[in-house]
Amino acid sequence: MGNLPKITKKSVPMAEQSPEERIHNFNEVPLGYTPEEAIAEASRCLHCVNPTCIEGCPVHIRIPDFIQAIKDGDFAKSIAIIKEDSSLPAVCGRVCPQEEQCQEKCIMGKIGDPIFIGKLERFVADWEASQGIEVTPVKGKREGKVAIIGAGPAGLTAAGELAKYGYEVVVFEALHDTGGVLRYGIPEFRLPKSIIDREVEYIKRLGVKIELDMVIGRTLSIDDLWADGFDAIFIGTGAGLPKFMGIPGENLNQVYSANEFLTRVNLMKAYLFPEYDTPIKIGKRVGIVGGGNVAMDAARTAVRLGAEKVYVIYRRTEKEMPARIEEIAHAKEEGIIFHFLSNPVEILGDADGNVVGMKCIRMQLGEPDESGRRKPIPIEGSEFTIELETVVTSIGTGPNPILLKAFPGLKLNRRGYIEADPETGATSIEGVYAGGDIVTGSATVILAMGAGKKSAKAIHEYISSKKK
Amino acid sequence: MYEILATRMLAPKIFEFEVKAPNVARKAQAGQFLIIRLHERGERIPLTIADYNRDIGSITIVFQVVGKTTDELSTFKEGDKLADVVGPLGNPSELENGKKVVLIGGGVGIAPIYPIAKSLKEANNEVVSIIGSRTAELLFWEDKMKQVSDRLIVCTDDGTKGRKGFVTEALEGLINEGEKIDRVWAIGPMIMMKFVASVAKKYNVPTTVSLNTIMVDGTGMCGACRCTVDGKIKFACADGPEFDAFKVDFDELLKRAIRFKEEEKIAYERYLKGRGA
Ligand SMILES: Cc1cc2nc3c(=O)[nH]c(=O)nc-3n(C[C@H](O)[C@H](O)[C@H](O)COP(=O)(O)OP(=O)(O)OC[C@H]3O[C@@H](n4cnc5c(N)ncnc54)[C@H](O)[C@@H]3O)c2cc1C
Ligand SMILES: Cc1cc2nc3c(=O)[nH]c(=O)nc-3n(C[C@H](O)[C@H](O)[C@H](O)COP(=O)(O)OP(=O)(O)OC[C@H]3O[C@@H](n4cnc5c(N)ncnc54)[C@H](O)[C@@H]3O)c2cc1C
Ligand code: SF4
Ligand code: SF4
Ligand code: FES
Repeated sequence: MGNLPKITKKSVPMAEQSPEERIHNFNEVPLGYTPEEAIAEASRCLHCVNPTCIEGCPVHIRIPDFIQAIKDGDFAKSIAIIKEDSSLPAVCGRVCPQEEQCQEKCIMGKIGDPIFIGKLERFVADWEASQGIEVTPVKGKREGKVAIIGAGPAGLTAAGELAKYGYEVVVFEALHDTGGVLRYGIPEFRLPKSIIDREVEYIKRLGVKIELDMVIGRTLSIDDLWADGFDAIFIGTGAGLPKFMGIPGENLNQVYSANEFLTRVNLMKAYLFPEYDTPIKIGKRVGIVGGGNVAMDAARTAVRLGAEKVYVIYRRTEKEMPARIEEIAHAKEEGIIFHFLSNPVEILGDADGNVVGMKCIRMQLGEPDESGRRKPIPIEGSEFTIELETVVTSIGTGPNPILLKAFPGLKLNRRGYIEADPETGATSIEGVYAGGDIVTGSATVILAMGAGKKSAKAIHEYISSKKK
Repeated sequence: MYEILATRMLAPKIFEFEVKAPNVARKAQAGQFLIIRLHERGERIPLTIADYNRDIGSITIVFQVVGKTTDELSTFKEGDKLADVVGPLGNPSELENGKKVVLIGGGVGIAPIYPIAKSLKEANNEVVSIIGSRTAELLFWEDKMKQVSDRLIVCTDDGTKGRKGFVTEALEGLINEGEKIDRVWAIGPMIMMKFVASVAKKYNVPTTVSLNTIMVDGTGMCGACRCTVDGKIKFACADGPEFDAFKVDFDELLKRAIRFKEEEKIAYERYLKGRGA
């Protein structure tokens, strides 16, 4: 130490599949760093005395420390540091909106490219995986049994943490597979399913029991769980209820919610139809309505399914798009056509109920609304029609309904999500905790994971005080 | 994995299976359904819980071979296992008591109408059942239906058994006999439910139908099962499957039911070829 660090303004790019190649497959797009590349990128970090990057990370990973370990070539130490705060580094390193979290706050960003923190995180997580799964056996069992509802990132994290505390943990999942949105929503080319399998395998080795095909509220009630001797319950059921626009033609045959479209392709593997039984039908031209990550995923999936033209219809401008910048860039490279400042007013169909087009209207941005974003206003008389065979709506979701309907005593907020203490996840009912999208509404993997972790700690404290 | 305990052919292309699924049997109620997946590559298909036995922890399904998955299912034997059985899904039937009710089951719809008839009978209703099929050979569960009905009317389209004609004509016949009916429940092909609804509407008899839309998850997460009821979008799996027949947009549903027709054909032909049929 002592001498000033050398400043390298340019980041080390991560190799990617070329757009021409990747539009024909579902394989992951970025290919990962080599150790040399990772060390080179890590060496750019200034190891700031007041590392602002940490503030940008919702779970406050000790970023400069894990980067230092990479620089030293001690990848094992690096991943250990990350795992103090994150249970899903291989996932978050890939899907975190880094450019508005840790990297946005990175000081290097002021003079050049920020440190590619997410890519480095992904590198060490993948390095660890290449070494085979290692599980330190849980020391000392504790008395107490916890039920986790939903095997998304919130539920899986809570389960893993509680198992490490030594509790008996059972996860109940409605679908036939784990992962929640990571499995059914985020496509293979952005998050390979093998990574979720690996995380779940790890949690199982910690002793967590996972019961699939269990819809809580139908297959078992909350009272059944209490009767089965669970001391606490964590709810992580997500925000998966698709919203629709309420315009004419929305129930025409090839109008899918993004959830249906992505679930068919990801969970049910319709991209391998007829090898797999679940079909998907898209025609030649596909219109995606919305501007978030989900819309980008749907658009890029449509390209890979062989659509000749894929349009994204978004009512504001590119600047307001909530999708990650990287995803918008990927979408553009893959030939997706954007119609900004446009909003659908009607989906047009033929006599058999098949989609033939979509009528849209042009918008202009008016005064900022409550959210601070400028409100789009339709321009009268500016309607235009796009010819297409498939429409995918991606305009947001609401809380998953089944459990909430079966749990009338549970207090919800005005938007219909569970009211829970942001620090502990405690709900209005003793012993019942909640976290992830079912509390916040549609958010991010890292926040869901963080909530699962906080709740696990609170549940541990709750059970220990009760068992005293 | 869910073991098949018994299989039986009820009629050509119509099968009855008893499947071990204690979690589903424990909670099953009339009007609910389940989703099964045959194996890793399989799709998720909804089937009504036609009966259940809580002591053994088993459920009964009755299905008709109409395409790839149901055909493949029909080749499963006693002792074979299904990859997934999830349920009970959907809301249970809202049962009344002390009323006069007419239950209509058409074709394979006889199976799902049975548990509702049974529950209504247990709840002290006067149960009149109408079951119908294209021809005598396709009729099943006549004895089971008789046991839970005060009166059973059988009809076939071709007159090979019972009354000749459609179930709707039998319903209209009952109404014309001066029977005061409090509610009709109808389950069968979409087109049958549509016509029952229009007959019942003519005489203003409240009618409930169970919608068999295409589904994926069955938990309210995808919207594949959506339908228009009273001008609003509803999800058949989470809001239904039973709805007020007068408010359902059947024409839309008839179109939505065949939205994957070409793909279904590809899958079925490929499967039959692979099986050497
Ligand atoms: C297409 C798409 C792309 C996304 N991309 C990103 C991204 O790039 N980066 C990012 O950070 N975030 C992204 N997100 C958001 C992120 O995936 C979610 O915020 C996160 O998954 C929420 O986790 P969760 O555990 O709260 O819920 P979920 O992941 O929704 O999991 C909930 C689980 O609970 C199960 N469940 C529901 N009801 C019941 C019940 N009654 N009984 C039993 N089980 C039940 C569900 O089947 C599901 O498996 C994306 C979301 C989508 C849809
Ligand atoms: C709530 C509910 C209860 C049902 N109960 C029964 C029952 O008790 N017995 C029975 O025989 N059938 C029942 N069905 C219909 C049954 O699900 C379909 O016959 C089955 O999915 C056909 O699959 P397939 O691959 O053999 O045929 P395919 O070739 O795939 O399809 C033939 C026809 O079946 C319908 N269908 C296809 N896929 C689905 C799907 N995923 N979900 C629903 N319908 C689909 C379509 O209208 C299609 O045109 C029920 C459907 C619902 C929604
Ligand atoms: S978890 Fe996400 S925000 Fe935190 S350091 Fe990793 S990539 Fe950045
Ligand atoms: S702010 Fe950037 S440069 Fe500073 S420690 Fe964090 S990652 Fe390194
Ligand atoms: S089947 Fe997916 S919402 Fe009903």
